[in-house]
Amino acid sequence: MLTTALIEGVLQALVAGLLTGAVYGLMCVGLGLIFGVMRVINFAQGDFMMLGMYAAFYLFTSLGVQAAFGATFGPFVAILLAGPVLAIFGYVIHLALISRVSGTRTAQLEGEGHYAQLILTLGIALILQNGGLMVFGSVLASIRTPLSSAAWELGPFFDMSVFVNKARGVDAIIAIATIGALALFIARSRVGKSLRAAADNPMAATYMGIDVNRAHRVAFSLGSGVTAIAGGLLATNIPFHPFIGVDYVIVMYAGVVLGGMGSIIGAFWGGMTIGLVQQLSTTILPTQLQNAAIFVVFLLVVFFMPQGFFGRMVERT
Amino acid sequence: MKVSRINPLLAIIVFAALYAVIALTVTNSYYQLIMTLVLVWAVFGLSWNILSGYTGLISFGHAAFFGLGAYATALGQIYFDLTPWLLIPIAALIGGIAGLLVGFPTFRLQGHYFALAMLAYPLAILYVFEWLGYQEVTVPIKRDNAFAYMQFSDPRIYTLLALALLVATVLLTQYIERSRFGMALRAIKQNEAAAEAAGINTLAWKLKAITLSGAVAGAIGGFYAIVLLVVTPQSVFGMLVSAQALTVAMFGGVGTVWGPVIGAAILIPLAETLHAEIGSYFPGVEGVIFGMAIVVVILLAPEGLFWKFRDLVKAKRPVASALGTETENPPTLQELHPASPVRAPQLDEPISQEVVMEVRGVSRSFGGLKAVQDVSLKLHKNSILGIIGPNGAGKTTFFNLLNGFLKPNCGEIIINGREMIGLKPHEFCKAGVGRTFQIMRPFLRMSISENVIVGAYVASKTDVDARRLAADAIERVGLSHIADRIAGELTTKELRLMELARALAGQPRILLLDETLAGLGHGEVDEVVAVIQRLAREDITIAIIEHTMQAMVRLVHSFLVLDHGAVLVAGIPDEVTRNPKVIEAYLGKKWMAHAQH
Repeated sequence: MLTTALIEGVLQALVAGLLTGAVYGLMCVGLGLIFGVMRVINFAQGDFMMLGMYAAFYLFTSLGVQAAFGATFGPFVAILLAGPVLAIFGYVIHLALISRVSGTRTAQLEGEGHYAQLILTLGIALILQNGGLMVFGSVLASIRTPLSSAAWELGPFFDMSVFVNKARGVDAIIAIATIGALALFIARSRVGKSLRAAADNPMAATYMGIDVNRAHRVAFSLGSGVTAIAGGLLATNIPFHPFIGVDYVIVMYAGVVLGGMGSIIGAFWGGMTIGLVQQLSTTILPTQLQNAAIFVVFLLVVFFMPQGFFGRMVERT
Repeated sequence: MKVSRINPLLAIIVFAALYAVIALTVTNSYYQLIMTLVLVWAVFGLSWNILSGYTGLISFGHAAFFGLGAYATALGQIYFDLTPWLLIPIAALIGGIAGLLVGFPTFRLQGHYFALAMLAYPLAILYVFEWLGYQEVTVPIKRDNAFAYMQFSDPRIYTLLALALLVATVLLTQYIERSRFGMALRAIKQNEAAAEAAGINTLAWKLKAITLSGAVAGAIGGFYAIVLLVVTPQSVFGMLVSAQALTVAMFGGVGTVWGPVIGAAILIPLAETLHAEIGSYFPGVEGVIFGMAIVVVILLAPEGLFWKFRDLVKAKRPVASALGTETENPPTLQELHPASPVRAPQLDEPISQEVVMEVRGVSRSFGGLKAVQDVSLKLHKNSILGIIGPNGAGKTTFFNLLNGFLKPNCGEIIINGREMIGLKPHEFCKAGVGRTFQIMRPFLRMSISENVIVGAYVASKTDVDARRLAADAIERVGLSHIADRIAGELTTKELRLMELARALAGQPRILLLDETLAGLGHGEVDEVVAVIQRLAREDITIAIIEHTMQAMVRLVHSFLVLDHGAVLVAGIPDEVTRNPKVIEAYLGKKWMAHAQH
């Protein structure tokens, strides 16, 4: 009986890990897109996600989505709509701020402008967090649907059952569908190809007539939108507040590095790994060490596979 | 180097005196605390700067050292009843050891990977401390023995203590900046591969930097615990703590002593005042204003206030001195050394039989690609060997094997009877192998002299020695008249010669020159060729890679032709240039018929 309970626990954690991992994966894909194309460390990415959560929240509650689509599926519609909203926001932020310290302008700056980028995005993060506090208040918000507290039962097989939270299940499906659409867009469309070219070799891309700064703007905008959707999906299960971004920006960077910088699909698997580690570690470690486990696994992978799962490392002399 | 005309020691004394006077006149205890916190964060920013500012390896994890120091000091007093006078040095020790332990595995990573991996340390530790039950640790109050436990009723004493810590850290940083240590770190920042090839043990210097940096961060973390008396994981290991170090340093200016001090002096009072004055009425506004201040300043001064200010001061000053050197016509090499005509060397000088470097059957492949296959050669003393071959023939890869950047899959490299396989580039450099790069790797923000001094460290015990060797090397390539110019302003020819001087300063017996003649005009090629020939006469053995054959035929004693990673032909220039295989490799079969006529 003990072993049955143990296996059941592990299976339950595995399923939870896969579902959480899919959403984390989407979150990481958003950042991976920005980071892979621009090589800019954006500390405000978590706060973009926070804005995505609030955008979905207000679209759902005050802007008529609930009335139009009902309480069960309305939240998911609102979450998907939050993507374009944040994409526009990201576009403007890049145009107004980020482009001034990144892209082709930074060649003459110390460290290719990395210092300026870091501190600029830290400043933006501060503004968004505190601005969020002013506008949204510090009360916890959430985007719950009736599905959030319902579950599908898988099984019983051999006296064991695994429960799948319905909201999380739908979240994972939406996450994977979004990634599929994005992957198709990047692989097939003209804009997508220019993104890949700009990521691979900005100099050569410029010679080929690609506007690298514009490619950066598109990547930043798309990445912001994708992360916002992931944030919204997360919000169907966890309550959120204006400072929630700080916790997740770290998860996102860990995922992107794990997957290999510059690889979009790698970022997804990186996020998935973190989701799995986080959930599976609960079966053997105390809950407080859940996040410590993430960072330890992250460090181990980086040490033994410095290029990540899907990255490549080239050094020329 | 005319960076600062103000005596740096005087500057810090004046600053400390002024700060002490202001601190002593402040009566409001809240402002007294701010006066202390400015110094705490300035010291923390300086500790970050020692590692990240000078080496360019950005650390997002300095909170790890800060937090360990803070917890060590708080817990040491709780459990062992030790005094902070002893605990703060212990905190420094712990911070230093943590730095060493963190640095050793993490320095394998580069660039963004390093930065992001560093992020993980404090956060992993944070959760461990929470799990251990140290959510909130309070330093026990000892009213009866205030001095012994550093618990003064007058908060201004803390300010003075913090000021002492700051002065010590500034002096330490200035010492590092001026010494070989700082020069090595700056060289690593500008170009790690070039620094390694110039004989700098980059890993050792980086470990020293992170150890020192961790020690300073640990000490100030311990002091912070004593000032605030309460330690929580978030307040010392949190993301915002690491960010604080970056913020003050980058806002003020990275890679300078004054940057973090300026940053802390502006940002900390601004944040605290906003927090106290506005934050209580309308929470969030203070953070928005603070964030906006950072955004605006960084858009106006992307490299920090210090550098912006310095550039402004520089721009105002007339640039007559710089123009002065420009108008004096620099003597050409031919004028300096009239006795070095360009001619084929093999006519009058027999090649020595002494072998200085022997390579036996060296191979290296990348996955399925055999970049270098079974190459053997003997470098004879004072000879010049030309290595030629078409694009992608494996020439540069071969050099990378010869100076330790890459490890061969098999084969032997023997210098002076010593097997060299598996050694690092700086060890090859010590053994007498100098090199230049195809893609030039100057330290752009440093002057010619400083660039070359970096190369001289490997062969010198003292800094005076290094300066002498560097001056000598610069003289040998004929750049003495512009030795103070910044590398970023030089022409291609001057850069090539400077790289040559940097390699020479390490007193090599073997020089590997990778396309030293590339990108030079006709007259310039002759000048550089003359320098190389003179070096060969001065007891240096040279291997030079070239793409084109014309200049080489006049320069070298023998050729080694590589194609698809393997030796195609080896021999004296006359034979090699007529060899049909060489012509085919260069021109393709189609042109063979034409070439032979």
